[in-house]
Amino acid sequence: MSGVALDPKTAPTFPMAAKVLVGDTQMRKNVRHATDIIQAKRARVVGEMPDWQELRETGRRVREHTMKFLDVYLEEFERKCTAAGGVVHWAKDADEARQIVIGLVKASGSHEVIKIKSMTTEEIQLNKALEGAGITPYETDLAELIIQLGGDQPSHIVVPALHKNRQQIREIFKREMNLPNLGDTPQDLADAARLFLRKKFLTVKTGVSGANFLIAETGGVCVVESEGNGRMCLTLPETLITIAGIDKVVPRLADLEVLLQLLPRSATGERMNPYNSIWNGVDPRGVDGPKAFHIVLMDNARTKVLEDSEGRQTLNCIRCGACQNACPVYRQTGGHAYGSVYAGPIGAILTPQLQEMHYAQTLPYASSLCGACYEVCPVKINIPEVLVHLRNRVVEQKGFFDPEAAAMKTVGMIFRSERRFRAAQRFGRMAETPLVDKDGWIGWLPGLLGGWTQVRDLREMPKETFRDWWEKRGGAS
Amino acid sequence: MGEAWGCVVNASTASRELMLGRIRTANAAAGAGAGNAAEEWAAIPREYRRTSTLGREAVLELLEDRLRDYDAHVLRVASEGVAAAVLGMLGERGRTRMLAAPGVTAAWLPEGFAFAVDDGLSVESIDRFEGVMTESTLAIAETGTIVLQTVPGQGRRAVSLVPDYHLCLVRASAVVATVPEAMDVLATRPAFATTFISGPSATADIEMTRIKGVHGPRFLDVLLVMDDVARSA
Repeated sequence: MSGVALDPKTAPTFPMAAKVLVGDTQMRKNVRHATDIIQAKRARVVGEMPDWQELRETGRRVREHTMKFLDVYLEEFERKCTAAGGVVHWAKDADEARQIVIGLVKASGSHEVIKIKSMTTEEIQLNKALEGAGITPYETDLAELIIQLGGDQPSHIVVPALHKNRQQIREIFKREMNLPNLGDTPQDLADAARLFLRKKFLTVKTGVSGANFLIAETGGVCVVESEGNGRMCLTLPETLITIAGIDKVVPRLADLEVLLQLLPRSATGERMNPYNSIWNGVDPRGVDGPKAFHIVLMDNARTKVLEDSEGRQTLNCIRCGACQNACPVYRQTGGHAYGSVYAGPIGAILTPQLQEMHYAQTLPYASSLCGACYEVCPVKINIPEVLVHLRNRVVEQKGFFDPEAAAMKTVGMIFRSERRFRAAQRFGRMAETPLVDKDGWIGWLPGLLGGWTQVRDLREMPKETFRDWWEKRGGAS
Repeated sequence: MGEAWGCVVNASTASRELMLGRIRTANAAAGAGAGNAAEEWAAIPREYRRTSTLGREAVLELLEDRLRDYDAHVLRVASEGVAAAVLGMLGERGRTRMLAAPGVTAAWLPEGFAFAVDDGLSVESIDRFEGVMTESTLAIAETGTIVLQTVPGQGRRAVSLVPDYHLCLVRASAVVATVPEAMDVLATRPAFATTFISGPSATADIEMTRIKGVHGPRFLDVLLVMDDVARSA
């Protein structure tokens, strides 16, 4: 995976990528360890809240309401943010967003930027675009730094480097920071990152961030983080450029009383993450924070998602990653199998929709539909429902001549007639004979059916069907 | 500064109209019809807790407990004993080169200890201090959170971030139990840049082991100033 961006347009399909990745036992061990710990922490702090279900319900209602009035709230945000001295830019797609950011960085007179972890900038592969324009981006979140220095890709929305263990991280830091004697405790590694980045924080003049929430009522922007690297990037540079999906807006400051309770407990299993920053434009007295603040409001197919009455609840996501930690599929494959920066259940519904269903069509099938993701979602996104809905759209798109759809139609035709069903059973027993091994297992099926046996063995059909058995005993009436 | 990158602004304006148009079309297509945003927002059910049933003393104890759980050191102090407690805390920590946010209550500064006051220092200068002392807007007991704003006594955001050590004074009268109570206060003063601090800087990015102080202060001491003796009785 190293160095190659996770791009749904070029990534292998989920079944292909997953087959390779489930063979990486170290990765699976790392992912299982990390997700076990976060899930236990989450369960503990959610258990402390007697009103958790009420918070979830209001969270869902606030997000649904926001989407219904998205135009109203974006315009209100723009008005208030501009009044507070911010400059609001609108970007219809990833390319426009990249060009705006590059233009702004160049205008700020800087050839380097410090960056806060942001899935939105990952989504549009901003780092690659900045480098192409001669601008060096420095990731400052510890996990993002590990990924950047390791030429790797994020595998989780909240803990992007959870697929790496400390020995692997130590090797990356030793090599990239030129620290041959680096210790291997987590503290040693964090200290190395602190030293490595401190000078950048103090000298780089331009910062780039994402946003957790945009507050329409005040024009404020909220960023939630743990390490303080976010606060550094938001307050120390002269120019701050924030890029946010249009779905990040919330109506009023008061709505944060709900979302700031739901997000940290769901994401990292903390009652509150160490740092939240809320700021409005630029400080009119010029004493606190950047002198120039730009915000890029990005569509990038979000309005397409909004059009779909069932799929649109995907936009309610507040990017906590709880669904990933709870997902039995994600826990086995890790994030890279999803071929997108958005992995796990939310990625399985978000990515195909952001690609306008042209790519990543196998992702809605990357699920057992067990419902664990719905259970933990802090804003009650019914992910299984959207998965099924998207599977339907995939089939519709493939059209009448899709072999899988044709096979299903044939099966339907067979099931409708007793005579045809009996004939099919007889035929099946005959046809399978050359494929059955001496212990009665089928390890390989030809053609389209081979997809099933790639990762499973199949028992041979019984010699006698239940109907035959029943009739032999005079059961037929 | 629009004129400096006119072309960007123009492209952006076209995209603005395009995006807003798409949103309206999309909402109409999805059957999310018209309505009054303010009225519908007000009608959103909010059945969650706004306040706590805990008494005053229990709320303060909860705050202390939650702060300690996040590796902060907490000490209660009577109003008249603040300066002495500050001196004691700095002695324990062995910090001598200290910065103070401008506007910190004068009576809380110990005599004989030279605080430098931030008057627009460069970040490189701030980085040379061993610690910083600030006041706070409020604290939230249930989450162990201290809220700072860019106002006198609390200073700009960089001063409570760059130094390795943060000594924060919290008035007991400004401690609330729940997040909604805190947001009620903040809604009355939303113009100031606001920072929520819950313990020292931390990360769990390496094998989910909580490590203190990656980029922000590694040490957070909180002095809980008992300024509402009547209420806590």
